[in-house]
Amino acid sequence: MKLFCGIDAGSSYTKVVFVDEGENVVKRFIFPTDFHTFERVKKLIKAKPLSFTVATGYGRHHLGKIFNCPVVSEIKAHAIGVRKIFPEVKTIIDVGGQDSKIIKLDETGGVCEFVMNDKCAAGTGRFIEVVASKMGVSLWEFDRLAENHTKEVVLSSMCVVFAESELVSLMAKGESKENIAYAVLSSISSRICSMASSIGVEDVVFLTGGGARIATFREVLSKGLGRNVRTHKFSQFTGALGAALYARVSFKTAVV
Amino acid sequence: MGYERLYRQLGMDVERHNRLMRVLSEIYCEFFLSQKDRPEGMRYFDWLVSEIHGRRIEELLQMKNSGKLLVGTFCIFIPEEIVIASGGVCYGLCAGTDFSIPDAERDLPRNICPLVKSAYGFKIQRTCPYTQICDLIYGETTCEAKKKTWELLGRLHPTFVMHIPHMKNSGGENLWFSEIKRFLAHIESIIGNRIEVDSLKRGIEVVNAKRKAMKRLYHLRSCDPVPISGRDALLVNQIGFYDDPVRYTEQVNRLCDELEERVKKGRGISDAPRILVVGTPQAPPNWKLHYVVETCGGVVVGEEACIGHRYFKDEVGMNSAGSVDDLISALVERYSRIDCACFTPNNQRVEKVLAMCEEQRADGVIYYTLSFCHTYNIESKKVVDTLRSAGIPVLRIESDYSLEDMEQIKVRVEAFLETIS
Repeated sequence: MKLFCGIDAGSSYTKVVFVDEGENVVKRFIFPTDFHTFERVKKLIKAKPLSFTVATGYGRHHLGKIFNCPVVSEIKAHAIGVRKIFPEVKTIIDVGGQDSKIIKLDETGGVCEFVMNDKCAAGTGRFIEVVASKMGVSLWEFDRLAENHTKEVVLSSMCVVFAESELVSLMAKGESKENIAYAVLSSISSRICSMASSIGVEDVVFLTGGGARIATFREVLSKGLGRNVRTHKFSQFTGALGAALYARVSFKTAVV
Repeated sequence: MGYERLYRQLGMDVERHNRLMRVLSEIYCEFFLSQKDRPEGMRYFDWLVSEIHGRRIEELLQMKNSGKLLVGTFCIFIPEEIVIASGGVCYGLCAGTDFSIPDAERDLPRNICPLVKSAYGFKIQRTCPYTQICDLIYGETTCEAKKKTWELLGRLHPTFVMHIPHMKNSGGENLWFSEIKRFLAHIESIIGNRIEVDSLKRGIEVVNAKRKAMKRLYHLRSCDPVPISGRDALLVNQIGFYDDPVRYTEQVNRLCDELEERVKKGRGISDAPRILVVGTPQAPPNWKLHYVVETCGGVVVGEEACIGHRYFKDEVGMNSAGSVDDLISALVERYSRIDCACFTPNNQRVEKVLAMCEEQRADGVIYYTLSFCHTYNIESKKVVDTLRSAGIPVLRIESDYSLEDMEQIKVRVEAFLETIS
């Protein structure tokens, strides 16, 4: 049985997906991106009968050199991956640990436009991580807190660093953790909505990346966009899935 | 090196300058010399770059010592033709490295155009021999950053400003005429001589010939396969702002002869998405965007900015000109065709960009702006909307001179090239 491997080497997490010749997902892995990442990926690849590997994500060129495999941009990879899960998708919103992007697809599922924010922590998962860590809660707990908000507090700071100080003063004034958590999600959502307005959002909208794992965030974003934003329990793997599917297609065309 | 005495003579900070040149030569090797199958004619330009702060400066010093006027300029509105007619030399001072920016920020705010900061910083650092050696600097009232920076630059080096109108109506044209006349009178007062019709005609001929040669190079880039990389063509264009105009014209024409042979043999870059770069200029050594596009598998087939097409697209028509005033009118007619975003409303630019896409058979456009370049940034809306309506793929890139965002630019360019190939 031939397997095709897609590796999404993100700046926070590395995701690996294996698909078979029928483009079915056989296995998926996720681990933090750190000094052990390449060794772990090497072990995974050695253990499987592989035909083709494609790398994507921030570390794609590095992986491409080590494994002597082709690379594809994470934009194309997400487009392919999300379309597999959700064929009706037109707009993909990816909120990652360190960057966020919005990708628009045409009728054939090809990328027609995209906009990225990879220079500023505002509008990325980093903001959530920073505040959750300050509150001493996990991301799941953070989600529960935000869900139970009683008031919509608005943060005025555009910058995560300054927003952090703003939150500290809110906490000192007695503002609840629930409302603060919700305020953070609102802030990220407005950054995303602002980015989205520059290229226009079309249904169906799909949320991927770590941000998709926070249910309350998806609700806030849906409200902000005025649309029902969809996701999937394996949305974090869409980049790696897309790379694996690209590997499958490349193999098909190469063999023919 | 061997030019240290020359640098000390010019009052330069030699140690700092050496550091800059070391960094630049590493970058040059990686960006240019690593390319395969470069035209033979690029040897001259590689040589000039290697001597750009050496032999060329010696040449300029010799001219200065024999009483010729050296004028450092910004933008492309100062009539080179008049400086050449006076027997002098005109060259560009717009700068493209962040090496000098921290020093510029002693006087200038952080959030303005890096091109202006880089050039100003060179004066503060005393690391640019071109700035040091010129008798005077001439700037224009094009954009806000430049306009206000001349006030500060004037405290460090003799600086004069030409008032370029922002609207091209009859009032604007009258102003332009009187400004060019004033410029001519100023140059005459410095050299202590009148500039006669024949000299002015000769000056115009020299610059027309230079622009024509550069246009020839541009047209050759419309061929498929492209006989020269975008990086090399950009470099040739940039050198046009520093080199002796007659020698440069000859070398560009020689290069074009070679490229014509390549075209006949079908030799060049094919199977690469063809990209037209429009927007703000890339002053040397700002080669970042072209390097990223071409190492990601694309090829740049034209630059719309004043480092390219905008500089050479128009020649001065001298047909019925009989007097100096006639020639000045001819200069105004030519210079007022410049479609920089500092003009308003500037609608002809949008049509021209569409025409360039067709001419150069571009597969896509990268609208490139420097950070804080308000004019080009705001005008991008009109241009990008029009390109999109015409079905031409566009990627917007806004960047400065630091090499920190290479990865971010790479991701965008890769994704863009994937969509158009």
